[in-house]
Amino acid sequence: MKINSELFNNNVAIDKSVKLSTEKVNLYYGNFQALRNITLDIPQCAITAIIGPSGCGKSSFLRVFNRMNDLITGARVEGQVELDGINIYDRSIDVVELRKRVGMVFQKPNPFPMTVFENVAFGPKRHGISNTIELKELVERSLRQAALWDEVKDKLEQSGLALSGGQQQRLCIARVLAVEPEVILMDEPCSALDPVATLKIEELMRSLAESYTIIIVTHNMQQAARVSDMAAFLMMEEDRAGVLVEYGPTAAVFTNPKDKRTEDYITGRFG
Amino acid sequence: MRAGAVSKRQLSQRTAFTFLIVATIIAALPVLAIVIQIIVSGVDAISLEFLTEAPSQAGKAGGILPAIVGTFYLMLGTIIVALPLGVMAAIYLTEYARDNWFTRVVNLAIVNLAGVPSIVYGLFGLGIFVLMFNFGMSLLSASLTLACQALAMTVTTSREAILAVPRQYSEGSLAVGATKWQTIRHLVLPQASPGIITGAVLAMSRAAGETAPILVVGAAFLLPGLPQSPLDQFMALPYHLYTVAAHVPGMPKSTMWGVALVLLVVVLSFNVLATVIRLRARQRRYSS
Repeated sequence: MKINSELFNNNVAIDKSVKLSTEKVNLYYGNFQALRNITLDIPQCAITAIIGPSGCGKSSFLRVFNRMNDLITGARVEGQVELDGINIYDRSIDVVELRKRVGMVFQKPNPFPMTVFENVAFGPKRHGISNTIELKELVERSLRQAALWDEVKDKLEQSGLALSGGQQQRLCIARVLAVEPEVILMDEPCSALDPVATLKIEELMRSLAESYTIIIVTHNMQQAARVSDMAAFLMMEEDRAGVLVEYGPTAAVFTNPKDKRTEDYITGRFG
Repeated sequence: MRAGAVSKRQLSQRTAFTFLIVATIIAALPVLAIVIQIIVSGVDAISLEFLTEAPSQAGKAGGILPAIVGTFYLMLGTIIVALPLGVMAAIYLTEYARDNWFTRVVNLAIVNLAGVPSIVYGLFGLGIFVLMFNFGMSLLSASLTLACQALAMTVTTSREAILAVPRQYSEGSLAVGATKWQTIRHLVLPQASPGIITGAVLAMSRAAGETAPILVVGAAFLLPGLPQSPLDQFMALPYHLYTVAAHVPGMPKSTMWGVALVLLVVVLSFNVLATVIRLRARQRRYSS
């Protein structure tokens, strides 16, 4: 399956196969509908940004892909969500296995209250790797991938909480990378960071996009424009349910939006 | 506003302040008075003999070793039962239980468990452990009885400790594909353990001070030696204090105070231990 860039009325082609796709996804929290009828294809080894005003369901949508919404009592998903063509809401799907393949980085850096090493080794250990040498290699590789190794190689036995905010967030990224996922979900990963740390994370995302499929929720329009290949613009309807207004290659969405609401939002007229 | 004048607002503020500090002193006085009285009157009775020998002449002479040891056994027996059960119930209630009528009944029962008068636990223990299970009047029956009473505390404190672990930790763990049980076992429990242990230690110190429940399930008036098995009867400090104070004529006053002092030291040292554990855990959390 290829993403058909013609659909998006632009001249920037994205030539990648589809990693994740949603079809007519509705998300409910009890009686409240948080998302309505969202259909889109997420390309492999690219960065897809989800943008939109506060409360439009961006984070909820992100949590559809690793079934994090399952943790909320009364949350219910309708429609199809496919990872490599397989519906992840099917009864036969092991959620634990799914979350190993689809990792997540949170808005607020949340390193565990243990050493840097143990933070990164946490996932692999839970998946049954106990060989010390293997773990050491895995931790180093993950920290290098997360562009953190040089800063923490002498601090592996220190608490992860002792690192700076930006380092903590990269530690969380390393923790996700250590379980060798295919997709990385990022929920406003830079919103708690200063501009320098933000830039580092953005560079990191670009390098990770060579081998991982990344979906990022962001409030920051410049960030979405800088890092993402594809952009999805979500908005609330009158009943506060989030809908997909526009989706396409980032350059097209930002320079030549099809929908008036997208244009108003990205030019700062509301939101 | 004239300089130096005391306004009405300032006056009422000062009055309130005075009343509050007086109330605080009155609240603290009885505790101080009890501690001072017991130390002053009891310190003369304390000797190596008093702490290491069995009583003789109905407790008028000799020591109180069997009562000290009995109390420690009781605390140990109580916590061995009440801690694992309490922690497991707390994990179930916080992490697994759905909000349904069963959970609500269980929660209600736990809250009310703490309010049941302790002698009622004693009668319950007599009926269930001593008679029905046929454990007899024994250390085992008494430990199980006190454990039932301590459960209210261990479940409640464990549950609070578990709930205090930030949600981001569990989310981070689940997001790397750890199972719920792995998350609890490797992340939540280690974080909650200082709180859980604090609760357990306090439950132990409370068990050490209980008199009424053990009265009917196995505490002995006088024993020449230490219990050799869980099915033996035992002596315990609070019950021994009651008997020497109320039932033995001609008991030297200093002996009574001495028993009280030892009991107080046992109970307070466990409370101090709990505080130390809590402070150290807090320090560790904030220094990192």
